[in-house]
Amino acid sequence: MEFYLVLGMSLVTFGIRYTVLGASDRIKLPPIVIEALRYIPPAILTAIVVPEVLIPDGNTIEFNYTNARLVGAIAAIAIAYWRKNLLLTIVVGMLTFFTWQWAIGN
Amino acid sequence: MAGTRAIFPLVIGAIPFGIIFGTLAKSSGLSFWGTMGLSVFVFAGSSQFIALGLLASQTSLYLIILTTFVVNLRHLLYAVSLIPHVKHLSQRWKIPIGFLLTDEAFAVAINRYNQNDRSPDKHWYYLGAALFMYANWLLCTFLGLTIGQLIPNAAKWGLDFAMSVTFIGMIIPYIQNRPMLATILVTSCVSLLSYSLPHKLGLIMAAFAGIMAGMCVDRLKSYQ
Repeated sequence: MEFYLVLGMSLVTFGIRYTVLGASDRIKLPPIVIEALRYIPPAILTAIVVPEVLIPDGNTIEFNYTNARLVGAIAAIAIAYWRKNLLLTIVVGMLTFFTWQWAIGN
Repeated sequence: MAGTRAIFPLVIGAIPFGIIFGTLAKSSGLSFWGTMGLSVFVFAGSSQFIALGLLASQTSLYLIILTTFVVNLRHLLYAVSLIPHVKHLSQRWKIPIGFLLTDEAFAVAINRYNQNDRSPDKHWYYLGAALFMYANWLLCTFLGLTIGQLIPNAAKWGLDFAMSVTFIGMIIPYIQNRPMLATILVTSCVSLLSYSLPHKLGLIMAAFAGIMAGMCVDRLKSYQ
C-alpha cells in the first residue's frame, strides 16, 4: 500500500512538473499564452500570500489589529514599495510580526 | 551559491512544515520509510499533508493520487512560465528542474530569470536554490520522524510567515503598470472569496482570474 502511495503520488507530481518542461523545445506557445506568462508569477504569489495573511487559522478572515500577520504584511508592503529591497522587506516584515505578536501577548 | 542565499528565508519558513509533517505521519499510519519516501520522491509539501489527512480517514489510494494531481496542478503554471527560459537546456537539466519545481524554487527562479542581465547560468542559480530547499525538506521530515515529539509545537513559531514576507517583497516590484495592479487586486479578492474550495482549487481560480484581469486591462489600454 505505502509503496504504491509513494509511487503514484511521485509519478503524478513529477508528471505535472516535468512533462511541459521536457517537451519545451518542441512546444510552440500561442501568442496569447506568451502574453499571459508575465502575469503568472505575481498572480500565483498573491494567491498564496493573501489567504496566508488574512486567514491565518484557515477558516475565518481576520481583518483586525490582533492579526500580527496582517500588521507584518502591511509593514512589508510599505517597505517593499519604498525601498524595493527584498532582504530589507523580509527583515522588517518578520521583526514587525514578531514584535506585534509579543506586544499583543500571544 | 547565490541561489541558495536567495531561497534562505523560504527554507527557514519551510522548517516547521517539514517537522510537523514528519511528526504527524506516524499518527496517520505511515511507516518511517513510507514517510521519508514521500519527501524523497514526491517533494510537494501541501499534497503530502493532504495525503496524511486522507490516509487517516481511510481514503482509497486512487482518490489520494487524484487529489495529489489536483493539488499540484498549480505547478503546471510554473512549468509553462519556465518554458522560454529552459527550452534550450538538455534533458539532463530539465529532469532535475522539473522534479525540484516547488512554489519556493519557482518564486526565486522566476525572480532571477526576469532580471535583465543575460547571464547564461541562471539554471545553476535555480539548482542551488532548489537543492537547498530539497535537502532542508528531507532533514526536517527526518527530524519530525525521529525527535518530533521532543520539539515544542513548531506550528506556533510563526516561522512560516517568512514565506509571506518574501513573496510580498517579490510581488510589490511588479506593480509598475495598471494591468499588473489589476492582476494583483483581482487575485487578492478572488483568493479570499474562493478560499473555502478544497485542494488549492481556490488558489488556481484566483490566479487565473488575476491573469485574465491583467490581460483585459492591457487590452483596454491599447484601445484608448
